[in-house]
Amino acid sequence: MKNEFQVIADLIEKDKKVLDVGCADGTLMKFLRDNKNINIRGLEISKEKVQECIAKGLTVIEGNAEKDLKQFPDKSFDYVVLSQTLQAFLRPELVLDELLRVGKKAIVTIPNFGYWKVRFHLLFKGTMPITKTLPDEWYNTPNLHMCTIKDFFHFVKSKDIKIFKSLALNNLNKSIINESNLGVKNLFADLGIFLIEK
Amino acid sequence: MNTEKNIKTLIVKKPLKLDCGKTIKDFPIAYETYGSLNSKKDNAILVFHALTGDQFVTGINPVTNKEGWWSYAVGPDKAIDTNKYFVICSNVIGGCMGSYGPSHKDPDKKIFGTNFPVITINDMVNAQYNLLDHFGIDKLFSITGGSMGGMQVLQFISNFPNKSKTVIPIATTSSHSAQNIAFNELGRQAITADSDWKDGNYTSNNINPGKGLAVARMAAHITYLSKKGLQEKFGRKLQEREDLKFGFDADFQIESYLRYQGSVFVDRFDANSYLYITRAMDYFDLAKQFKGNLSEAFINTKAKFFIISFTSDWLYPTQENKDIVIALNSIGADVGFVEIKSDKGHDSFLLDVPDFLGALKNFLDKSYEEN
Repeated sequence: MKNEFQVIADLIEKDKKVLDVGCADGTLMKFLRDNKNINIRGLEISKEKVQECIAKGLTVIEGNAEKDLKQFPDKSFDYVVLSQTLQAFLRPELVLDELLRVGKKAIVTIPNFGYWKVRFHLLFKGTMPITKTLPDEWYNTPNLHMCTIKDFFHFVKSKDIKIFKSLALNNLNKSIINESNLGVKNLFADLGIFLIEK
Repeated sequence: MNTEKNIKTLIVKKPLKLDCGKTIKDFPIAYETYGSLNSKKDNAILVFHALTGDQFVTGINPVTNKEGWWSYAVGPDKAIDTNKYFVICSNVIGGCMGSYGPSHKDPDKKIFGTNFPVITINDMVNAQYNLLDHFGIDKLFSITGGSMGGMQVLQFISNFPNKSKTVIPIATTSSHSAQNIAFNELGRQAITADSDWKDGNYTSNNINPGKGLAVARMAAHITYLSKKGLQEKFGRKLQEREDLKFGFDADFQIESYLRYQGSVFVDRFDANSYLYITRAMDYFDLAKQFKGNLSEAFINTKAKFFIISFTSDWLYPTQENKDIVIALNSIGADVGFVEIKSDKGHDSFLLDVPDFLGALKNFLDKSYEEN
């Protein structure tokens, strides 16, 4: 399981009810179910991935977060997880609002466009950056709204969303992000992980 | 039509009050079983059949000598694995494969015909519930069925919320749409317009409104397929001829195919049963039973739901299946949902659609492991 999932799993206490939005093949779901006794549900747009989840015995709903989150009642999950997908929605702000309506808390991770390798790539090569977390070409990327850790940090603050924990991840290195080190973390982390609540 | 010797029957002694207000008792329910019930009696799956189905789910139907209607899905090592599970299916009341229906005789030994009480999906499942007592099953492992079978699944778990661990409605709806009522009415009109129907008293006149019933079947059969599926299978191909004949014989293969479907149907199905069962489907509106709030139908169940629809099904489209998912999610029920890609239309659930059969098998087997 990738390091990001381990960090997410560490943020969730045992026996909680969790919705994994864009759960893909259910790797994180299965880990949470098997290791933390989590009552876990998934929402996934890809038919193939939904089938993989069913084969793991996971409860998944085929659907689109932009349309299908609205069917869940307010605060019906302890945590709602959205891993590296926010930037791929047509209306990320709306999705974020929905995550925080459905979940008592939300865990959102974002690929950091402020990461030094991304900046370096654009500055010296003059072409759209391709990194481990941003592997696609400009013409086939699902990402519509790239942002940096700094952007996201300021964005949630401006929406009066409470940040419980914000973590910077660079390979295996996990560190806390705060107001004072934001500039540095924005340069050296390729992934930002935020535990938020509204 | 009924070859009595191959039909297992349970006589229900207990009176059953029907939605129409009448009460029936000492009535037969014809059923069939596959696989064996284990000692803990926790491996039973109750399968509900669709409009023209019957209790002979798989293997050779002893009455028609044709493959059972769900042979792709049910059997040893299949999606519903009869090596593992005990499968029960019964003919719905109102039907014509041995369960109490319009071809049966009333207490005065006269064939019911249209004097048989109008039945509903609710009546059907209340009648079938007696099978649990018969087999001494306290809780089913699963209930499943497609189309009208799915309606029965929804009604069953609403009526008996603690009686099944898992619930699998397939290609169905919680409320019959205007379009579907319209198609059913077309079928009924075809039957009643046949001069051999005789207000439903054809059996005592020793005739059969076969022409009307065949037309009803032909019209319905089109609704079970998709435009793309029809085009790919038949296109404009001609039936055993080089060119058009400038007449009204079956020039096109699709015409010949529909005529064949109509004619074989008449041999195995009763026209009055067709009227009764389509009526039951039209009357089905589960939300209405709960003052318009579908979620209320499922508020008392802790069962695990898995809902399946098909991309090319325009009779019970994905959205109608998703409405059930939405109702369940809004009360925090345990519900999974998948839409299977298939160009075989509504009939997809009866056919060899590997993604569907795989999902069904995985859901059942994984849920059973959790037992």
